[in-house]
Amino acid sequence: MIVASPKSITELKSIIAGHRKVLFVGCGTCVTVCLAGGEREVGIMAYAMRMARRLDKNPVEISQVTIERQCDNEFLKDLAEPASGVEAIVSFGCGAGVQAIAERFPDKPVYAGLDTQFLGILEGQAVWTEKCLGCGSCMLAEFGGICPITRCAKRLLNGPCGGSLEDRCEVDPEKPCAWQLIYKRLQAIGQLDRLEEVVPPKDWSTAWYGGARRVVRRDHQV
Amino acid sequence: MSPDRSESRSEGTRTVRPPGWEPEILAFCCSYCASAAAGEAGAVRLRYPAGTRILSTPCTGGIEMEHLLEAFEKGVDGVLVVGCPDGGCHFVEGNQRALRRLERVRAILDEIGLGGGRLRMVQLSDSMAPAFADHMREITETIRAMGPNPLKPARKESAGRS
Repeated sequence: MIVASPKSITELKSIIAGHRKVLFVGCGTCVTVCLAGGEREVGIMAYAMRMARRLDKNPVEISQVTIERQCDNEFLKDLAEPASGVEAIVSFGCGAGVQAIAERFPDKPVYAGLDTQFLGILEGQAVWTEKCLGCGSCMLAEFGGICPITRCAKRLLNGPCGGSLEDRCEVDPEKPCAWQLIYKRLQAIGQLDRLEEVVPPKDWSTAWYGGARRVVRRDHQV
Repeated sequence: MSPDRSESRSEGTRTVRPPGWEPEILAFCCSYCASAAAGEAGAVRLRYPAGTRILSTPCTGGIEMEHLLEAFEKGVDGVLVVGCPDGGCHFVEGNQRALRRLERVRAILDEIGLGGGRLRMVQLSDSMAPAFADHMREITETIRAMGPNPLKPARKESAGRS
């Protein structure tokens, strides 16, 4: 899922300082699961913002709604009515959600209420870790299902750098060495021989370096 | 419950500490411990501040951050959450969850300038009526030093006009 974290109250207050009527829009998918932009988080931020603005003698009227998915036009239709009477919208979705709402309401300022972080998983209680960079050309089959592009700080494709301590990354000892994980995993599934193959430099043309990407599935178009 | 309640409901509508103002404290009390302690305190005639409002809850773990924030938005001067001692929660970890949630709400109150000191959690058992009364007195004095919730006046004023 897409993992995000809330902006600080101070930053968001500064972003919407010039508006008196604002709609906070939550997203019921990824950012709800990562406790950043679902109905509850939007509610908490709305309380905090209303109080902060009243204390500043600059009150704001905040309405709030959480839709199933901000990145889907089908659900954005539900925003037409709540958005009609407000000066601005704050999206508590990921960056895709913010831009989808902005496209849907071209005459209204739309601001991001979250800082979108990465594609990741829930690692432990309220801990999320990055697992995928979205490079556009998945190499997980070659590395036992552990991505060195995302999880090795140096993005090495042919073994560890030599700087790791025990099984910890030298860049950040909080993180495991991705190559240690790859070795153990390949050993466990009987595919250590994969390490004997030299992996050529990655073709990055499928990643975002060529600008925003697009996926078209003609087999699903009518 | 509070014999002097009328004294605390003065014309608290000015921005600075109004004369006769008494801190209004909302106490979320776990029904397995604090509510009984509060009841016991009343039964044995222990005095605690008149501005106390008791709100019984099945478990402090059921108190959402929105509940605490709403209390402050509506003008309550201080909130005390009273839960079971560590290891004594009827729902195993409800009091621990409450402690974590309070940490975040306190951080929010600090960030917006209302003051995290207006929110506190204490843990006690159902037999600790004197401790309950002590905690109520302590938070009342803390809030008295901090002054009224600045969000209170506008709401009280409009309520008074209606």
